[in-house]
Amino acid sequence: MLYLYDGPLDVATILKEWYEQELTSNCGAYSSFVGTVRSEDNIEGLSFDIYEPILNSWFDAWQKKAAAKGAIIKMAHSRGDVMLHESSYIAAVFSPKRRVALEFIDEFVEDFKASAPIWKYDLRGGKRVYALDRSTAIKGSGLLK
Amino acid sequence: MVQVEFLGPIQKEPLKLDITNLNELAKILQQDESMREWLENSAVAINDTLVSSRDVELKDGDRVALLPPVCGG
Repeated sequence: MLYLYDGPLDVATILKEWYEQELTSNCGAYSSFVGTVRSEDNIEGLSFDIYEPILNSWFDAWQKKAAAKGAIIKMAHSRGDVMLHESSYIAAVFSPKRRVALEFIDEFVEDFKASAPIWKYDLRGGKRVYALDRSTAIKGSGLLK
Repeated sequence: MVQVEFLGPIQKEPLKLDITNLNELAKILQQDESMREWLENSAVAINDTLVSSRDVELKDGDRVALLPPVCGG
């Protein structure tokens, strides 16, 4: 399941809800990754734009890939502003055995960074500044150049 | 008409163009100096599916989107 929220994530609640959702799924492993905004370069926080139609199809493809190995993927992400020391991203994998969960969480988070249609802005002086230098061009970019 | 949208940080209003393929779109956008960098680093989706070739026919009502570099998380 994919969950989008306006503003920062309530990490403790979300992780607890996900744990409870899968209590009877007979999964022996629950592996999670939480992304938290840290202080660097004097930013006040981060802000995010999301393009949901392509995010949904990207996530559906990962869910199918996980299901083929008996695993379940969940993801939560913020829209809009997330200030320092608040969290904007949670990914989790449930699987029958640990190896699948540990490998999937790594692959999933890396592909998320490279492919998910989400744009990050630094918040400086109340303005949004696109974080181009930390962003990755989606595979196949430059088609119209 | 084909609707062209510019996502995320690209500060450009959507366009409605009478075009039949991506080569025609590329020619139009290449004339816009403010799009030069975005054309270098943006991916293209047609009706919310990413495409890897310009060799695609566009039909009336199709939606094209330009997706600049991403950074979720």
